[in-house]
Amino acid sequence: MRENGYDYSVVRGFAYSAMFWLIVGLLVGLWLAAEMVMPKLNITPWLTFGRLRVVHTNGLAFGFGLAGIFACTYYMLQRLTRTRIAFPGLAKFHLYLFNIAIALAALSLFAGMNTSKEYAELEWPLDVVVVIMWVIFAINVFATLIKRKEKQMYISLWYIIAMTVTVAVLYIVNNLEVPVNLFKSYSLYAGANDANVEWWYGHNAVGFVFTVPILAMFYYFLPKSTNLPIYSHRLSIISFWSLVFGYLWTGAHHLMLTPLPEWIQTVGIAFSIFLIAPSWGSVVNGYYTLRGRWDLMRSNYLTKFFIFGITFYGLQTVQGPTQGLRTLTAFFHYTDWVIGHVHMGTMGWVTMIISASIYYMFPRIYNKKEIYSIKLANLHFYLILIGQLLYTVTLWIAGIQQGAMWKATNPDGSLTYSFVEVVAAMHPYWIIRLVGGLIYFVGILVFAYNLVMTARKEPETLTEPEPQTV
Amino acid sequence: MSIENKPITFAILSVVVILIGTFVTMFLPLMLPSTQPVSDYIKPYTAVELEGRDIYIREGCNNCHTQTVRPLRTEVARYGEYSKPEEFAYDRPFLWGSRRIGPDLNRVGGKYPDSWHYVHFKNPQEMFPKSIMPSYAWLAKRKLDTTYSFKKVSVLGYGYTKQEVQKQIEAYKAKVTSPDYPAKQARDAVTPPELRGELTEMDALVAYLQKLGRDVKRLKQRGLTQVAEAATTLKNPYDGNAEAAKEGESIFQGNCAPCHGKDATGGIGPNLRDREWKYGSSDQDLFTTISKGRPGGMPPWQNALGTDKIWKVITYIRSLQEK
Repeated sequence: MRENGYDYSVVRGFAYSAMFWLIVGLLVGLWLAAEMVMPKLNITPWLTFGRLRVVHTNGLAFGFGLAGIFACTYYMLQRLTRTRIAFPGLAKFHLYLFNIAIALAALSLFAGMNTSKEYAELEWPLDVVVVIMWVIFAINVFATLIKRKEKQMYISLWYIIAMTVTVAVLYIVNNLEVPVNLFKSYSLYAGANDANVEWWYGHNAVGFVFTVPILAMFYYFLPKSTNLPIYSHRLSIISFWSLVFGYLWTGAHHLMLTPLPEWIQTVGIAFSIFLIAPSWGSVVNGYYTLRGRWDLMRSNYLTKFFIFGITFYGLQTVQGPTQGLRTLTAFFHYTDWVIGHVHMGTMGWVTMIISASIYYMFPRIYNKKEIYSIKLANLHFYLILIGQLLYTVTLWIAGIQQGAMWKATNPDGSLTYSFVEVVAAMHPYWIIRLVGGLIYFVGILVFAYNLVMTARKEPETLTEPEPQTV
Repeated sequence: MSIENKPITFAILSVVVILIGTFVTMFLPLMLPSTQPVSDYIKPYTAVELEGRDIYIREGCNNCHTQTVRPLRTEVARYGEYSKPEEFAYDRPFLWGSRRIGPDLNRVGGKYPDSWHYVHFKNPQEMFPKSIMPSYAWLAKRKLDTTYSFKKVSVLGYGYTKQEVQKQIEAYKAKVTSPDYPAKQARDAVTPPELRGELTEMDALVAYLQKLGRDVKRLKQRGLTQVAEAATTLKNPYDGNAEAAKEGESIFQGNCAPCHGKDATGGIGPNLRDREWKYGSSDQDLFTTISKGRPGGMPPWQNALGTDKIWKVITYIRSLQEK
């Protein structure tokens, strides 16, 4: 800490925040999954599915996801610039403000204060807080970059810069609303325009929160934990610019066959297909980094988190554009298939990469040689892998059956199944989904235990050499 | 790559790169009226319906129910006429949703009587044992808060005066609290005695659901299939306009001439210069003939040409007769 001048207190704070909101968000998710098989669990208004689902998505995307991103960003930023964070006091304020904002967000969503726009549900006063928080973060990012001691900006810093500026644009534009009072506002846009702005935002929230910063971690922590240089710097440059360019065109693939003008839908499809290339640029870069050293999958406990994580990313980035095609969206949209798709991205890609990054950072920010237990980390890995696959594959199958039943017709052209018959047919799948979620949750509890025990280990002298970049 | 060493330049370049797709697919459509057309036929929500809509939003109904019927055969069979862009002109925010844990609701208005909704909200499993919808009986135990009703419709620009808002609220209250209200028994079964003379949150939510898709259903009752047909004006806006007649001529040559002749003296179809009209000679008669077609060979042109072009063709035909 002091010997190399880095400030890790804010990294620790965000890492613990991530753990906390991850556990809260998953508990809410489990409750929701249970409600789908036992509707009696909708006990009070604030526990009804409609209100709770928003707490789940916001709690995990922004409580867990952003906290993990902030923790890793403050770490990578300092190491890659060989510079102490520019304003440590401001970073600490960022940490407090973040947790207050997430807590208020959860409370207000429980209370039913929401704008209904997916992943942008917070009412306007909290939007203001989020924007202030983001500006504070951005000031530290750019100030640290400007006074950096390492001339070259490594690829991870590019991704961090792209996230910092793009999230600001997305969040502000989509959340423009006219207040009625402190707790209620109406969107500035109407109907099809509102839908188009919302999914431009919604899709790029996935892009610039669940993809860009996670790739920053991947490009930094994979080489770090394996001591292997990234396979191709040139490939990462091409991937970066084409990903950042292509993402913003694709929001309309969430609005296929709706009243949105067809040309916007078609442009969305075209660029979604285009995006497979840069996405797989990173996948290939990850696989080739391990060329000749695949033994690390067994001997280095972190490697499998990264490689499985990028594999799920690769699957997602093919599945996503494919299911967005008009013919397939006609069948899959609005079914459980899409829920399976999203959860492979979040439970597979995002959580595996953030988990591994935190495992890598923890001994270093606590001056320990290694984490508390590699065995437990392996147990954590297999539990979240099995839990996630059980969850996602089950919902894909459920989605296929659901889509087929909705579309089934009798010889006279009438519908074969009523809506509620299809709901009843989903029951067994939803039970398996709940079991998958429970296994996953146990894995996360093992993770949390392992981290706490790492922090509580007897202090050891850090053997790490001088700070260096990748 | 020197920009790898210039963080601010790099950030600016990133913004430029993300703004290209943003401009084409998001900003540009915002400026095009065709993205969110407005039709006279679609009416804004009343103050009570809007309060119901806000309860729909508060309870996150959109997390399980969509409000867009896609133009697919089985979807139209299940829910009704597919959704049109005009319908959403007053929807701020939009509520199309992204998941159908429950069925689509864009055509639910008028599908069931009010009593159905009171019974269903009270306990969905009583109606459908396998349903997984939560009970919303508690909405009937909460008096509707109309403190902000006027401010809300003002913010949304629905154009009601304060008196009109008050009248809408009173009228709906009179309707549901009347002893003759057809859903009285179902409403009383879920509403506590002290609130039976008041508007509850459930009343407003039912009002909102009954509005969904009703304007489009009313169109159908009038025998119209397209919202565009309802926008028909009774008077030719281009009457005597030489420029419109010229445009009308080129539309005529492209669409009408094959049957009515290049000089409109007839062929498969009748002569249009001779002032003899089989189906009436007023502008409105001509419009109906062209837009809806006539038996014996004249096809309907409303969907292919649209109101504006039809009036231009009529202007052209009139200009022929004056010669």
